Amino acid sequence: MAKIEIRNLTKIFGPAPDKALAMVREGKPKDEIYKRTKHAVGVNRATFDVEEGEIVVVMGLSGSGKSTLVRCLNRLIEPTDGMVRIDGADVTSLSVKDLRALRQRTFGMVFQNFALFPHRTVLENAEYGLEVMGASKAARRDKAAEALARVGLGGWEAARPGQLSGGMQQRVGLARALALDPDILLMDEAFSALDPLIRRDMQDELLRLQDDVRKTIVFISHDLDEALKIGDRIVLMRDGAVVQVGTPEDILTSPADDYVARFVADVDIARVLTAGTVMKRSEAVAVLGVDGPRTALRKMRNHAIATLFVLDRNHKLVGLVTADDIADHMAGGVRDLAAIMRTDITTVPPETPASELIPLMAGLPHPLAVTDERGRLAGVIVRGLLLGALAERGGNA
Amino acid sequence: MEVTNMTSVTSMPNQASMAGWLNMPDMPGMPDMAAIFPRIPLGQWLEAAIEFLVTHLAPATRAFSAVTESGLNLLEAGLDALPPALVIAVVGLAAWRVTRKVGLGVFAVAGLALVWNMGLWQATMSTLALVLVATLLAVLVGIPLGIAAAMSDRARAVVMPVLDVMQTMPAFVYLIPAIPFFGLGKVAAVFATVIFAMPPAIRFTCLGIRQVPAELVECAEAFGTGRFQRLVKLELPLAAPTMLAGVNQTVMLALSMVVIAAMIGARGLGGEVWKAIQRLEMGNGFEAGIGIVIVAICLDRILQHVGKRVGG
Repeated sequence: MAKIEIRNLTKIFGPAPDKALAMVREGKPKDEIYKRTKHAVGVNRATFDVEEGEIVVVMGLSGSGKSTLVRCLNRLIEPTDGMVRIDGADVTSLSVKDLRALRQRTFGMVFQNFALFPHRTVLENAEYGLEVMGASKAARRDKAAEALARVGLGGWEAARPGQLSGGMQQRVGLARALALDPDILLMDEAFSALDPLIRRDMQDELLRLQDDVRKTIVFISHDLDEALKIGDRIVLMRDGAVVQVGTPEDILTSPADDYVARFVADVDIARVLTAGTVMKRSEAVAVLGVDGPRTALRKMRNHAIATLFVLDRNHKLVGLVTADDIADHMAGGVRDLAAIMRTDITTVPPETPASELIPLMAGLPHPLAVTDERGRLAGVIVRGLLLGALAERGGNA
Repeated sequence: MEVTNMTSVTSMPNQASMAGWLNMPDMPGMPDMAAIFPRIPLGQWLEAAIEFLVTHLAPATRAFSAVTESGLNLLEAGLDALPPALVIAVVGLAAWRVTRKVGLGVFAVAGLALVWNMGLWQATMSTLALVLVATLLAVLVGIPLGIAAAMSDRARAVVMPVLDVMQTMPAFVYLIPAIPFFGLGKVAAVFATVIFAMPPAIRFTCLGIRQVPAELVECAEAFGTGRFQRLVKLELPLAAPTMLAGVNQTVMLALSMVVIAAMIGARGLGGEVWKAIQRLEMGNGFEAGIGIVIVAICLDRILQHVGKRVGG
């Protein structure tokens, strides 16, 4: 079961939405509905899931209904039709009291213009959600201070929001949401009001935080670069309807229609492709203590390659041997690969952008190893593979 | 000649009829309004209503009277007991410290000293006591009403038109019902003053709360804030500077009404002016008037800066 299930979610703005709703169900376009009923369609039968622990970026141009959609999730805007389920429980039918409790326990929200309370200090802002929940003074102070430290604002507790820069203010906004330790973070254009450099910092910060806290995050953005960078999956919206749901690669490589294709046309492919997406699994490796020089040489011959990565028994990358080195040492009677292999090899993590791989590979005589956070070999990249990937995606877009 | 004469002659009856229509209610040829539609006895109804209230609210008005009168007397006696020099020094210091302007401190000291010198000290303290009590009552009633008007559209729909009427009604009119309820004297003056001075306290409270940015309200909602919590944690703190501006207005209106209320027995500086009018003593009248201006300036400037301080 998905963390958040959104089914046929529809919002129509206006006093008597019945007729407009019927037209929405018939699939009439937004403009026609407005002309006939004077009711605006905010969200048009949106359906998708958000899995536990993933970042889903809902993106679209302004007026595409993304902010309305996210507000329907915690009913800051009351949906006209459809269903929102959180952990399987229907949100749309909750009483006012239960809804309030749900908002206190389950949701943290971060706003485009920060929406910090100007009459409260940074600490008091971060405490707000806990205070509303009725947490004890000591508990909320501790949790708020911890959340502030997490976003790098330790020492700023006594300041007023007005004394901080935009980036710092949004960190307070983030801390206010995190202090509650909510299951779900709703981020409404959270970084859009920041200047580009600060925005990039905050995106990195969010990804770093996400590694620690693993929240389910629904992130609203109109910026495709941002969506591609932070989204595990992207939901593209137009005129209130969901046009495509998919991973960043899906969106880039197989846009669902012209609208999406136009959206992705300007993306700098080299920046979006990462080591993880262009690497291939390496079929041939030598395992230390299992394979000797002779086996290694045979594997190279079988796969027609001149180098072989050496792993330990835990699949951790420890070195690399070349056919020439083995040939040199076998004459001397060396039986252990550990004595032959080179250990000064270049590795990159999977999220390295392709633009950084190109210069790295230029001076490299052997394939580039991609390793995960525990040093295990995730895949290898050879130069032809990288160029091929760039050419292919570039041609598609 | 002939022609012009003719025209002037023919125009004469016209003018006469116009003037007659204005001057004489029972002009022949013009139907009397009462003949078509009987005169609505609006005044009589209001009088009857007030009389009804006077008789049926007697215990309440008497209690109010007793409390207000004793509070007022106590305050006045207390203010009177303070040595004028001390009061002047304290007010001067407060004006200087609160506004951070030496000039205003000096003005307060010099102005109040002048008042003392003119022999108007006791009258000033009496006026001040009336203003304080009236303001306190107006704020005690006005702020809750303002909050109600801000929180409920229905309450607002009732309160706002009433405020419009209250604020356009000539101030003197409030003096009349005050007398049957409380008799001539200070309590009637306080009552009329409270009615007259309350609207800004209500309006500014309502305005201040409604001006809280929608995005902050939305944020509070997103965190599951209850309606009362929202009022206490968000709206009242943010509305405080506006509310204080309203209280400042209430004080100023109370001061102006207390002077008018001298006609129904409030003494103090207004009483001095009223006496001077009746005896045509220009000098005394202006002296008391200047005293009122000095008190007004001191109160207004100090309160304005208190409002700014709260606003941060």
